Amino acid sequence: MTVTAREKGLIACRECARVWPVGHTRCEVCGNAIRSRDTQCLQKVWAWWIAGIIAYIPANLYPMLKTRTLFHTSEDTIIAGALDLATHGAFGIAAIILIASVAIPLGKFFAIAYLALAVRRGATWPPGRQYILYEVVEYIGRWSMIDVFVVAILCSLVQLNVAASITPGIAALTFALSVIFTMLSAQSLDPRLIWDRIEAQETKDTA
Amino acid sequence: MDQTIEHGLDTLIACPKCDALYRVGTVNKGDWGRCERCHTRLFTRRRDAGLVIISTAFASTVLVIAALFLPFIEIKRLGFSNAATIVDAALAFYGGPLFGLSLAVVALIIALPLTRLVLTLYTLTPLVLDRRPWPGAKRAFRFSEAMRPWSMAEIFVVGCAVSLIKLTDLARVEIGPAFWMFVSVVVLMAVQNMVMCRWSVWKALDR
Ligand SMILES: [Zn+2]
Ligand SMILES: [Zn+2]
Repeated sequence: MTVTAREKGLIACRECARVWPVGHTRCEVCGNAIRSRDTQCLQKVWAWWIAGIIAYIPANLYPMLKTRTLFHTSEDTIIAGALDLATHGAFGIAAIILIASVAIPLGKFFAIAYLALAVRRGATWPPGRQYILYEVVEYIGRWSMIDVFVVAILCSLVQLNVAASITPGIAALTFALSVIFTMLSAQSLDPRLIWDRIEAQETKDTA
Repeated sequence: MDQTIEHGLDTLIACPKCDALYRVGTVNKGDWGRCERCHTRLFTRRRDAGLVIISTAFASTVLVIAALFLPFIEIKRLGFSNAATIVDAALAFYGGPLFGLSLAVVALIIALPLTRLVLTLYTLTPLVLDRRPWPGAKRAFRFSEAMRPWSMAEIFVVGCAVSLIKLTDLARVEIGPAFWMFVSVVVLMAVQNMVMCRWSVWKALDR
C-alpha cells in the first residue's frame, strides 16, 4: 500500500519532490512555497473557470476572421469557418478546428467542474480515473491555442492588396483569453486532493 | 522511526502529483522511475543527460533566432505575393484593438520558448562542467519549469500546417526554411524533455 508524505507527517515540495517536517512553509532546496494540501485552491479553480466561460461565449458569437477577396467579403465565426471548410471538402481540417476550438474547450469546462466537485463531494469515478482525466485536461488544454495561431498566421500572410486579405476579429482575443483562463483554472487544482479520497476510503475499510 | 525519517529526508522523494512517498533507489528500476500509483515520472536514469540537454538547448536557441527572420510560408495569388516570418505572424494583431493579443502571441511562440532555452543553458552548463551553479540558478530553473506549459512552439508548428491546408484554396503556398527550422526545434525540445531529470537537477543545484 502506498504511504503518503502527509501520513508520515511530512510536507512535500511539488517543485523538487523533496520532503520537509511539518512547520516548514518554504522548501529549503528550491525556495518554493510548500503546503501539505492546497485547501484554498478550489476558490481559484472556480474563479478562473468562470472567467474562462465568460470569455468563451463571445468567442463563439463574434467573427474570428474577416476574409476579403476580389468579389467577396465574409466574416466567419469559429463554427461557421469550420462548416465552410467542410462544404469545400476539407473534412480533416474542419475536424481539427472543431475538435481544438469547440470539443476541447467544452470538454475542459466539464472536466474541471467534475474534478472540482469530486474533490469536495466525492465521485463515482475512482481516483485513478479522475487523475487520468486531470492529466488529459492539463496536457490537451494548451492545444486549443491552435486556432489563435492559425488566425495570426493567416492575417500576417494574406495581405495581397486587392487579390485577398484576411483580418482578425474580436473573437480571436476572447478565445485566447478563454484558453488562458481555463489553463490557469486547471493549474490551480492541487492534484493531491484527488488521491486523498483513497486514503480516506482505506481507513474507513480497515476500521 | 521518526528519528530515522528526520535523518534521511534527502533520500525520500514525494510524488508531486499524488503525494506518494518513496525512498530513492527503491522506485521501479529501468530508465524512468515512475510513481507506482499515478505513474508520474519521478526521475530519469541517464548518464549523459546533461550533455544531451545543453547541446539540444544550444542548437534550439540558434535555430529559433535564425528562424525568426526567415520566411516560413510564402503565398502567391493573381500576381501578388507575400511571405511571412514568425515575427510577422506574432505581430499580426499589432496596431489594432487586438494589440494585447499580439503581445500574448509573441510571448507564447517566441519569448517564452527562447527564455526557457537560455535559462536551461544557464542552469545546466556549470553542472555539466562540474562547477558550482551560477548565481540565481535555482530561481532560473524554477521559472523555466513554471513556464513549461506556456511555451507553445509545438502548437504553433501544428498551427502552421493547418494554415497551409486552409490557404491552398485561396492561393499558391510554399513552405519556407523557417518552418522546417521550427519543426526541428520542436523535435529537439521533445528529446530534451525526455532525458531531463528534475530531481537530479535540483539535487545538483543544492550542493
Ligand atoms: Zn522544493
Ligand atoms: Zn504519484
